[in-house]
Amino acid sequence: MSIKDYVRERFLPHIWCPGCGHGMVMNNMLRAMAELQINKNNVVMVTGIGCSSRISGYLDFHTLHTLHGRALAFATGLKLSRPELTVVVPMGDGDALAIGGNHFIHAARRNIGITAIIMNNSIYGMTGGQFSPSTGQGKKATTAPYGNITESFDIVALAKGAGASFIARTTTYHVASVKNLIKEAIGHKGFSVVEILSQCPTYFGRKNKIGDAVDMLTYYKDNTVAIGSPKKAENPALIEKGIFLREERPEYCSEYAKILEKAQNG
Amino acid sequence: MDKQKKTLFLQGNEVCVEAALYAGLDFYAGYPITPSTEIAELLAVRLPKKGGKFIQMEDEIASMCAVIGASLTGNKSMTATSGPGFSLKQEAIGYAVMAEVPCVVVNVQRGGPSTGLPTKVSQGDVMQARWGTHGDHSVIALTASNHQDLFHMTVEAFNLSETYRTPVILLFDEVVGHMRERLILPEPGEIPLVQRLRTSVKEGTDYHPYLPREDGRLPMSDFGGVHRYNVTGLVHDMWGFPSDDAKVAYGLIHHLVDKIENNVKAITKIKEYYLDDAECVLISYGSSARTARHMVENRRARGDRIGLLELQSLWPFPVQAVRERCEKARYVLVVEMNMGQILQEVKKAVKNPEKVFLANRIDGTFISPTDIRNVFRLIQGKGV
Repeated sequence: MSIKDYVRERFLPHIWCPGCGHGMVMNNMLRAMAELQINKNNVVMVTGIGCSSRISGYLDFHTLHTLHGRALAFATGLKLSRPELTVVVPMGDGDALAIGGNHFIHAARRNIGITAIIMNNSIYGMTGGQFSPSTGQGKKATTAPYGNITESFDIVALAKGAGASFIARTTTYHVASVKNLIKEAIGHKGFSVVEILSQCPTYFGRKNKIGDAVDMLTYYKDNTVAIGSPKKAENPALIEKGIFLREERPEYCSEYAKILEKAQNG
Repeated sequence: MDKQKKTLFLQGNEVCVEAALYAGLDFYAGYPITPSTEIAELLAVRLPKKGGKFIQMEDEIASMCAVIGASLTGNKSMTATSGPGFSLKQEAIGYAVMAEVPCVVVNVQRGGPSTGLPTKVSQGDVMQARWGTHGDHSVIALTASNHQDLFHMTVEAFNLSETYRTPVILLFDEVVGHMRERLILPEPGEIPLVQRLRTSVKEGTDYHPYLPREDGRLPMSDFGGVHRYNVTGLVHDMWGFPSDDAKVAYGLIHHLVDKIENNVKAITKIKEYYLDDAECVLISYGSSARTARHMVENRRARGDRIGLLELQSLWPFPVQAVRERCEKARYVLVVEMNMGQILQEVKKAVKNPEKVFLANRIDGTFISPTDIRNVFRLIQGKGV
């Protein structure tokens, strides 16, 4: 399969702005699918609302474009009904962490076999540039004109604390790792989280005078390090990337299968 | 024949579970809330025994969403709630309306607004069942006053949700939910079950998931099957792909409304008691219809020409049935446990709205025959 086979060409062009990172994520997600030789009939992609969530419409899987923040809740019902399906849930940072925060931590707690991909552009793009839970302290947004008060969620720490069993982070600058990490995450049995920092030059970049898409990608290059790099000790502001956690733990649907057996034989 | 049938002594919430399983329930997602919790507790035991799936979600919103996700894979799916839980589910109920996903939402009504009277009876969610979610749409809501009817209405809720591809709200109340009485368990096959209409379009042929047939029905394809298509809460075209074309929006909204409003007659469920010569027509539903019926039987024994129209389908509102039954009445008395939610619908339906009166109770106390009698006497110009 080539990645073109996974695209619904009649629904292109996509709605993303020039320079947006989400197309790069989509491209590499499809490369991951192609390398895994996944049968399209076995994949369900569930999304919420926001720029990132439009990804499902363009792809030739079973696609469910749901409500803001609720993608993981829909996905949970779907996965439990048909555990053999591969369920992938791309989300934005506002979608996953603000309005959908409760669903995110509980999907992680269940360790249900769903791959959550958080396309973190640090802003609400669809509504025009309001601050999100990952905008960062001091950063500007249309609803934080004097600077954002709060610090960001650490998505990796949050996922870990909530019980996800595979957690990784990368950026759109590191495109090859986007593909590889998504591949690993889909192959993992349990709740897997891949955070991908994805540039929004239109709102986050412009509001914070970072420059264009290339400048933002350069920022990702200059401000990230591999997990365990000594550079992190020298400069704690650097963002670590790589696989933070990979554990074999009981997966929800497999455990439910045991409940079924117990109920029927008990 | 009834002697050979299984007779059970159950709570209404338990009856709802028996009926849902009879209807072929495969998936339940819920969140604990009084007074509907017994439905979740019992299904946690019963569903896995038949290979079904039960999940307690993190909140009411998630439960409704999980039900929709499960339904799309071809499973008959349900959730149950009360009071604030019903408010929380409204967003996703609207999604099920828009995406045309069959599912059943049980609301065992309690006193409101807000936390209200969690353990007390009310019928205050009638309008919320109709208009709780935003935007133009139609919806089906059923109710019942006794356990035998509750069984039938629960099965009917599943049948209608599959027929019209819409969420169906089963709106009973705390009294019916917690009251214990006899249920004669229908035999398998005794009540017809509607199975999901699935597409006959073959693999590799362009499938239009949102192109209605001539009869307005949309044959489905299960998620995980051979047709990969898009489902969205946005206005969408025949492929399920988002569209902001005015013609597409117009057609879709009309389809969503018409598929229900053009079938009011087929959906309407009513029961009639002594209406042929009734000068006074009582209109009631749910547990308050029990009181109304008691009142009617008593007054009939004394020679009063009084009858009862019991509504079992509330939405779409059976306008024609109500108008016809009230035509000859000198006065109409709506008996309900709210400030007059069905009263207003009855006033809209009848030719002479000034002859329609309300006997109600809004304090969490079950409406008594005396409550109705007092209004009845006032109408007749007698003292209370």
